[in-house]
Amino acid sequence: MSDTTLDQTAEIPETGVVQTPAQEATAKLKELHPNIVSDDTREGYEGLIVYADSIAEVARTLRDDLGFNYLSSVTGVDYIEEGKLEVVYHLYNISRGGGPVVLKAQVDRDAPVLPSLVPVFPGADYQEREAYDMYGFHFQGHPDLRRILTWDGFNGHPLRKDWKEAFYEEDYKPFGSRWPDGSVFRAEERNPYGKNVKYPPGWVPTGDEYDVETDVYLGLSYSRDATPGLKTDKVTVNLGPQHPSTHGVFRMVVTIDGETIVDLKPVMGYLHRNHEQIGERNTFNMNMPYTDRLDYLSSMSNNLGYAITVEKLFDLSVPERAEWIRILMVELTRICNHLWALGFLLNDLGALQTPMLYYYLERELILDFFEASAGSRMMCNFMRFGGVAYDLPDEVRGTPTMKFLEELIYNRLPRVLEQGDVLMTGNEIVKARAIGVGILSPEDAIAMSAAGPLLRASGVPYDVRRAEPYSYYEYLDFDVAVRYNGDIYDRYLIRIDEMRQSLRILEQVLPHLKRTTGAPVFGEKPQYALRAPRAGEAYGRVENPKGELGYYVTAKRRGGNPERYHVRAPSFINLTTLGPMSRGHKIADVVAILGSIDIVLGEVDR
Amino acid sequence: MTVASTEAANGDIPVPDEVANNVFITNIAKLLDPVYNWSRRNSIWPVTFGLACCAIEMICTASSRYDLARFGMEVFRATPRQADLMIISGTVTKKMVPTIVRLYNQMPEPRYVLSMGACASGGGPFKEGYNVVDGIDKFLPVDVYVPGCPPTPQALINGLIALQEKIDQQSIATAPWYNKKDETAGLYPVPVLGPDLVDLRQLDIIRQEAAKYQAEAVAADTEAEPAAVAG
Amino acid sequence: MYGLGIVKGMGVVLRHFIQSYVDDLKWAGKGGRYYNDEAFQVRQGPYGEGVKTVFYPEEKLSTPERFRFVPFLVTDDPPPGQRWGHDWCTSCGICAKVCPPQCIWIERGKQPNGRPKPEPEKFFIDIDLCMNCGYCAEFCPFDAIKMDHDYELASYDRSSAHIHDKERLSKPLSYWREIAPKKAEAEDLARQMAEAAKAKKKDKDGEAREERLAEAVSRQLYYQGLQY
Repeated sequence: MSDTTLDQTAEIPETGVVQTPAQEATAKLKELHPNIVSDDTREGYEGLIVYADSIAEVARTLRDDLGFNYLSSVTGVDYIEEGKLEVVYHLYNISRGGGPVVLKAQVDRDAPVLPSLVPVFPGADYQEREAYDMYGFHFQGHPDLRRILTWDGFNGHPLRKDWKEAFYEEDYKPFGSRWPDGSVFRAEERNPYGKNVKYPPGWVPTGDEYDVETDVYLGLSYSRDATPGLKTDKVTVNLGPQHPSTHGVFRMVVTIDGETIVDLKPVMGYLHRNHEQIGERNTFNMNMPYTDRLDYLSSMSNNLGYAITVEKLFDLSVPERAEWIRILMVELTRICNHLWALGFLLNDLGALQTPMLYYYLERELILDFFEASAGSRMMCNFMRFGGVAYDLPDEVRGTPTMKFLEELIYNRLPRVLEQGDVLMTGNEIVKARAIGVGILSPEDAIAMSAAGPLLRASGVPYDVRRAEPYSYYEYLDFDVAVRYNGDIYDRYLIRIDEMRQSLRILEQVLPHLKRTTGAPVFGEKPQYALRAPRAGEAYGRVENPKGELGYYVTAKRRGGNPERYHVRAPSFINLTTLGPMSRGHKIADVVAILGSIDIVLGEVDR
Repeated sequence: MTVASTEAANGDIPVPDEVANNVFITNIAKLLDPVYNWSRRNSIWPVTFGLACCAIEMICTASSRYDLARFGMEVFRATPRQADLMIISGTVTKKMVPTIVRLYNQMPEPRYVLSMGACASGGGPFKEGYNVVDGIDKFLPVDVYVPGCPPTPQALINGLIALQEKIDQQSIATAPWYNKKDETAGLYPVPVLGPDLVDLRQLDIIRQEAAKYQAEAVAADTEAEPAAVAG
Repeated sequence: MYGLGIVKGMGVVLRHFIQSYVDDLKWAGKGGRYYNDEAFQVRQGPYGEGVKTVFYPEEKLSTPERFRFVPFLVTDDPPPGQRWGHDWCTSCGICAKVCPPQCIWIERGKQPNGRPKPEPEKFFIDIDLCMNCGYCAEFCPFDAIKMDHDYELASYDRSSAHIHDKERLSKPLSYWREIAPKKAEAEDLARQMAEAAKAKKKDKDGEAREERLAEAVSRQLYYQGLQY
């Protein structure tokens, strides 16, 4: 489509008859369950409010009868003024694409009990555990309702609005103590323990503190059919949190029978750094650099997702050049991330370091470009609401920017992919270890809310860039990469496919960048104190390298801070598939299976 | 060449003028120190231990462009028992800190800790969070701090060079790891996860605070009720 | 044939191995490959081949102008004989307000009569909190706070070294011009334009508020097609 002039008004005009799949399903749902669902009538809100006790029933109808078979996000929200806790569910139609059906279940703050959706959507598992951890929802029928990000025995539910942490200063930033009479202090100076700790008032340590480990092991199933032959004892071992192949501080508790995995439970939260709680204290602007630190390998993509969400809330438009720059950055990030992921996957498969080092050399060049344009190699903080922070730089490492990009996109990156193919793809050892291992069927992938390459390698061609296009993706020509076996090898190949598609997109973006040189990259004057023009909610999602990254943001009218800030983290939810995929394989395969999911702990634990 | 005893360490033994050019007074430690430190500083093996964002930059530092092998540090050991250096690369959370302290205790002496990035040094941007430790130096002795969020690979190498300089200043004679009277010296108590992180060295303060609260509660008993338990 | 894939892969490794020597030969006549600025530039750029190692600390990768590490405060170049120049900071507090981790503390200066003075009395940045996001520099209407390029800050002690006070933070304008010449030039231009706009407005409605100045500066930085 290279030289079509873009006209945003040239969309298909919406007639009254044509309904999006979501609108259709919403109407149908109201018909089918007239007494249970009702429209969310609050200003700025949309979706359906569902009678909490019937949420599972409604979800089942949506899944079985209306085709909304993908539960993307489960979000807890605290409306302290109304005395209510709310769970927001975003469901999508995998085959038809389009927007979400949003279900909301409201429960009393003091007795937050509602049915679990795990029997209908197994992918709700970790998200419900997270909601329980953060808000104290009691999901009835959840098979393993334990804390997930904090530890068992933690005091309170930290995302409730009346919960205060040890270093609490004020409800919202900026803090008054910084200016005009700012006298510097370190927060620990004001804490009796000199540390970031707070105990329940009057709590006395007894010495036999709650054993945080017991429940972890209780969750494991030891049952297995009696296999003929030599009887062996089952052993429970821990992989992590300090383990070279867990890609960070991730822990797997594995029950093994000999070398074979009987059961596996991921334990996470070792990098839980309270992204959402801090996000609700920050102003809208302040959250942007924090999103860098979610999936720290692909900070540009995180920026984009958040920018899109807040632009929805603020009704901002983005100038053309900024959109092209955004796509440029995001697709480079995708390549960057996949190079990293493949390097580590091959590392886990036994190709120790050589492919990794070759890939990282090219990644360094992309990082050089990021550093020159955004100022930092990894923490780019580049997108702003209504544009990007800067135009492209003049030069990168002494080469004019466009030349640098051309060399990268036309020569270097294709060459490294080719070289990677020759180096590893045909390698017999990789094939032997990867083909047929860790198979995820398409049905399971959808049911467990897998996203991104993991979903597409199982034969489900679902890509947010196509299903619900954002930015200028609808004008770009690319294929949704898909593979059909759903094993490690396919997940390896699909990342190479995706990088090739990204290069294809980038080749289309370059002429537009040249054409729009000198055009503004920012719609309006950047403001340091943004206030929400309306009350309400916004949910934005983008196709991150790891999968679908969603942000759920609510705001009060004229509020400078998000009231609720939730991240639908793809790595976190993709981990639901780890246990089922690993069962029956050898312990050495688990590492490779985990590598093929490609997690980043900053996003898993937030 | 005369080798003085270790006790007469400092070389202020008077030497007659007529033999001054032929006598070189030193001690074993002084002779050995350069060799000892040279070999130690050029073979610092870090633990393979990545916590967060900074770990990515740490891996970049170890990979081909910045190449830690030039300093003899490329051997990232997966087990603490073979490592000399622990690079705390990223946010230390309360859930993770018991593990970190345990790992540190398992490292053989001499052991060094490098705190990489703002988070590890002082909590960083996440300091206000309820699950974040405001600086690993609250639990472990830190040798070198590298500021930045995240420090670039070159900044990390700068920190490692600073560590090498620190190692150069140590002496075999005064090194605490050779004249240990107590086996547990240099070990740090592993914190416990209770309702919040409990540093076992602070149990007394916690009890005092609790007692203070109880006293206040008793005093305020006539009034409605004690301050609500958070959460 | 079984094993062919492995052999092919080894071919790639061999090619990399040979390539590093080819690169050596290429530079042999031009002052050698190592510790040679020209060779270093090429090697680190998009056309670099072979071994790309940066021999830090002997060789250092240049930092781009937009590079951001911890912030510093811009002052006028100190007049001869004096240590400090005039602060550009007016202690308006915008940097402290936009700072995401709230790592900036400012005590506003006071005139003898108790009214605020557009000058900071004290200015602190806790670099253990700072996330190098660059918001303070981006939103400062007076170009008074900038992100430094000096990343070599490793220290043995954080209790004193990691809270930067005003003295530690202040650096002269010439330093900023040195590390980011183009950006500094663009800002100079924008300030001049803002000055002109301010003079015009003064004629018209008699009063030019500092906010307007701030507005103009930030606007021009984006609107004039300036790249910085």
